[in-house]
Amino acid sequence: MDFGQLMQFVITGLTIGSIYGLIAIGFVAVYNVTGVLNFAHGEFAMVGALTSISLIHAGLPLFLSIPLAIAITAFLGGMIEKTTLSPVRNASVVTLIIITLGLSIIIRGLGYILWGAYPLSMDPFSNNEPIHIWGAVLIPQSMWVFATMIVLLGGLYVFFEKTVFGAALKACVVNRKAAELMGINTKSLSTFSFIMSAAIGAVAGIVITPITSATYDMGLFLGLKGVVAMVLGGMNSLTGAVLGGLVLGLLETFAGGYVSTAYSDAISFAILILLLFFAPNGLLAKASGKRV
Amino acid sequence: MRNRKQSFYAGRSKVFLSIFILMLLVLLFNDSTNLYGILTMIGIYSIVTLGLSLLMGYAGQISLGHAAFFGIGAYTSGILTTTHGVNPFLSMICGVAITFVIALLVGIPALKLQGFSLALATIGFNQIIYIVIISQSQLTGGASGFSGIPGLAVFGLNLSENRYYFLLVWMIVLLIAYVSMNIIDSHVGRVLRGIHDSEIATLTFGVNISAFKVQIFVLSAVYASIAGSLYAHFINFIAPPTFSVVASIQFLVMIAVGGSQSIWGAIIGTAAMTFIGEGVRTIVPLLMEGGGQVEVVVYGVVLVLVMMFMPKGLIPSLKNVWDRSGFSRRSAMLAKGEERRSG
Repeated sequence: MDFGQLMQFVITGLTIGSIYGLIAIGFVAVYNVTGVLNFAHGEFAMVGALTSISLIHAGLPLFLSIPLAIAITAFLGGMIEKTTLSPVRNASVVTLIIITLGLSIIIRGLGYILWGAYPLSMDPFSNNEPIHIWGAVLIPQSMWVFATMIVLLGGLYVFFEKTVFGAALKACVVNRKAAELMGINTKSLSTFSFIMSAAIGAVAGIVITPITSATYDMGLFLGLKGVVAMVLGGMNSLTGAVLGGLVLGLLETFAGGYVSTAYSDAISFAILILLLFFAPNGLLAKASGKRV
Repeated sequence: MRNRKQSFYAGRSKVFLSIFILMLLVLLFNDSTNLYGILTMIGIYSIVTLGLSLLMGYAGQISLGHAAFFGIGAYTSGILTTTHGVNPFLSMICGVAITFVIALLVGIPALKLQGFSLALATIGFNQIIYIVIISQSQLTGGASGFSGIPGLAVFGLNLSENRYYFLLVWMIVLLIAYVSMNIIDSHVGRVLRGIHDSEIATLTFGVNISAFKVQIFVLSAVYASIAGSLYAHFINFIAPPTFSVVASIQFLVMIAVGGSQSIWGAIIGTAAMTFIGEGVRTIVPLLMEGGGQVEVVVYGVVLVLVMMFMPKGLIPSLKNVWDRSGFSRRSAMLAKGEERRSG
């Protein structure tokens, strides 16, 4: 086997995997605070990416338009939670699934109306001179993706483990009622979790745009892959989500390289189904006490 | 008895008669081929949503993969009739057989899952079928679609004419509604409602829940497959987007909007969403340019609003209106009297 080719697969796989990991982090953040699997999460990546492109086209510099786009997406996330999910807090799982599906339909449609069907591109954040490693090529934007993921993961780790606010969020996850009795405002925390995950989704969408370019329907696919990564990692751990993303990215790239490109996507969904059947708690899950 | 009549599960003759009368009215007073086309599509989609109603409203299981079964039916019919010259009705039955096997293979492990997991597994399944359809382009025509599918003919009567196809499709809808209502009214229906309300409680009665769930899943998949075949012979051209996850979501929208716990709900939701779609498609281009996606947005908005304010769908609200109207006041008063006597 050609070593350079192998190395190339690893690099590409890790780049795609980081993207999935970034999306999965957002899923985990919302799922664990509100108990909702937000099917509209991928759409935040689309909104973030396309908004930042529009701002750049409007003449704003990169370092200004990116934070602005993230802020706009985060605001959208908060608005969505306040207007649609917060009022029906106690609805059944099926109702909540359908509402977030509806939201994704709306956002995707609005995305089409606002930005059209053609892919929009964005210049890389830094110079675009490819780096050669052992016969493989690494583009600098991939480094940005890795770096963003590591910084986000680290930031969220510190936030959840070392701050009172993060601890309150975690308390929400463990037992909502108890958290309320301790004086934690679970309602505003759930809104906050949406704002946070929308911002993370926007970041993910923006960092990958220079590599993949952005379209109105990118959210659906990213969202599905993010969910697969999340399930791989075990639904409730941020590190798990990132690892799940990386594993998925590598699997897909190698399957695409050695089996068939057409079926590399099918393989990742087959993995999802097999996982759900045989290890519904994910690869990293510890045995939990609840068995019904 | 009175109680039974009050529940949504009952009133089968009413559903049956109303559909029948509506069918006759349409046949008597309609000359527009276009309207026949729309009504036929409502009928075809209703067959899918009737199955989803059994699965979601009664067994409480969510599926986001029924467009795949719809596609399996459509492609089996299309390929067998066009490439191999098989009789359309025979290929429809082949489609049902293939769907039966696949649904069983997917259903047995999948229905051990609950809530989000089942939704995810069915999405994954739908994606795989979608990718297979696109990749097997020698067989399916790939992304550019499969054309030249023949229409149906019975005893020399050409069913390609919209009026006859409308009749055929709605006869099948009636038949399937009848089968479904029989299932709901039988002991199977009671078990399903038990599963919907509390799986554990039903389990403690010694009921083999997963067997029931798998059976309903397979049945609803078979409905979808039949609808897919009917679709292929009606439109004569099939392409992958019709069978994507987005289409599965649209089926779910129809059933959720109508109200999943009622045979009526499936049909009314399907009709409502189809008419909203058609309406938007005709009105929006008059107001603004390039409004293809506006339809999608309206779909989403209707869905979210209905789920927020009428989580059980339109049916309970419509029933409320009916109960307040003069027509049913007498029966409502009777019911109240009965309640007082027995309570």
